[in-house]
Amino acid sequence: MSRNPNAAAAIDSAAEEVVRFDDVSMRYGRGPEVLRDLTFALAPGSFHFVTGPSGAGKSSLLKLVYLAARPSKGLIHLFGEDLSRATARTRPHLRRRIGVVFQDLLLLDHLSTFDNAAVPLRLSGRRPAEYRNDVAELLRWVGLGERMQSMPATLAGGEKQRLAIARAVVNRPEILLADEPTGNVDHEMALKIYRLFVELNRLGTTVLIATHDQDMVARSGRPVLHLEDGRLSALPPQGPAQP
Amino acid sequence: MNEAFDPARWRPAAFLPEKDARDGALIFVVAVLCFLACLTGLGVLAADRAAGGWSSQLAGEATVIVRAKGGETPDAAAARAAEALAGVAGVTEARALEPQKAYDLVRPWLGDVADLEDLPVPRLVAVTLDARTPAKAPALTNALQAQGLDAVVDDHSVWLRDIERAAGVVRWTGAVVFLLIAGAAGAVVAFATRAGLAARRDVVEVLHLSGAEDGFIAGLFQGRFAQVAGIAGLLGAVAAAGLGAILRLAGGHQGLTPALPIAWGDLLAVLPCPLIAALVAAAAARLTASALIREMQ
Repeated sequence: MSRNPNAAAAIDSAAEEVVRFDDVSMRYGRGPEVLRDLTFALAPGSFHFVTGPSGAGKSSLLKLVYLAARPSKGLIHLFGEDLSRATARTRPHLRRRIGVVFQDLLLLDHLSTFDNAAVPLRLSGRRPAEYRNDVAELLRWVGLGERMQSMPATLAGGEKQRLAIARAVVNRPEILLADEPTGNVDHEMALKIYRLFVELNRLGTTVLIATHDQDMVARSGRPVLHLEDGRLSALPPQGPAQP
Repeated sequence: MNEAFDPARWRPAAFLPEKDARDGALIFVVAVLCFLACLTGLGVLAADRAAGGWSSQLAGEATVIVRAKGGETPDAAAARAAEALAGVAGVTEARALEPQKAYDLVRPWLGDVADLEDLPVPRLVAVTLDARTPAKAPALTNALQAQGLDAVVDDHSVWLRDIERAAGVVRWTGAVVFLLIAGAAGAVVAFATRAGLAARRDVVEVLHLSGAEDGFIAGLFQGRFAQVAGIAGLLGAVAAAGLGAILRLAGGHQGLTPALPIAWGDLLAVLPCPLIAALVAAAAARLTASALIREMQ
């Protein structure tokens, strides 16, 4: 059987990329398409912003990557795996390789700061003795060393945000997705959070941040996926990540 | 307080809150419905026993009307009839009733006649039949004819058919009422479980998106709601058994009234209630959790 060189190249390319979208569209139920014909790829260790006005589809794009939604058209490859072929058994394993900072944080109000941060590690099946010191160290690193036993309701906005980030990165994900991570914090805190992402990126994590904060995007000099009405209006530069 | 936190002593907290403000309402509703279902179950058992009692009482007895003939006195004819019937297989006891019983039966038609004893009033013989192999009416008639007695056997068969039909209606009505209440209890357990689980959608979402397997998440909720419903079912069952015991004690050896005889053994019928409540809640929780997870795919 002859091999289609273009298809083969696409497969090889997908295997090298953390995320690859090929002509992807998405709609909720029978509604209109919220994302249209997206084609892009994220290289390992890259750092990108997703920008665009409200309703442009930034959160929907992230949902496709963290497997909270399915495309209505097109193919998505994640860690080289075609998501259309992923099963209920393989999807949880893919999710464990992704860290997500949700727009509404999704902290569990009945768990302490420490327990919230440890959720992904517990789900990985490791024994507490193997990771509890790592969790404590991470919480100290994000400035929550004194709040490990505090319940989320008692944390300030910035602390909650950092806890959500800690939970997202605690199991050293290969890709970190953040949806408006600086939306509810002041400028100083936004800078701290941004520096945290940069630090994680330096450690090798691929970072994709959806944000309205044009100032942060402009000053970072990082590549941008700009969405307008569900379409990409600026393609990211391909190649190695910017430090 | 926070400074004293030692990660080495940390023990993972339960993914689901150990206590939830909504649990109280869920336990109350499920307990009340389990109580009603158990009480109906006890009522059905008592009604079944009462209906069985009516039939067996009628089926276990026959009445023989004996008329004296020739120079024989009615009392002598009745005594001979009782003796003849006592020897028939399937008869436990045959007893000639006092003449007064026969007079009492005819008095409503004749009024207070002074010399009732002089009239040829037929005598009655009460026959108690063996419960397992009761004698049939033809056998009794043959025995009486063999002794040359003029007698009519009434084995209550006319009444028995009506009573058995009535008993059947009581049994089926009770069973249908029990099934309806048990079904309603099961549906409420399922709906309450779904509502409780929907309120914890955040836990489902976080665990799901953090890489928990679907079966693990469903299992968490399944165990939790089975436990809550099991406790509620136990409370309802204990309350129903307690009320049943009070009715049994208040009514003497036949229960509250002879019409609704509750036996001590009937109280054991509530035992499966907590288990059934737990199983229904577990199934509802698993289905609901699985549906929620599917919505998130």
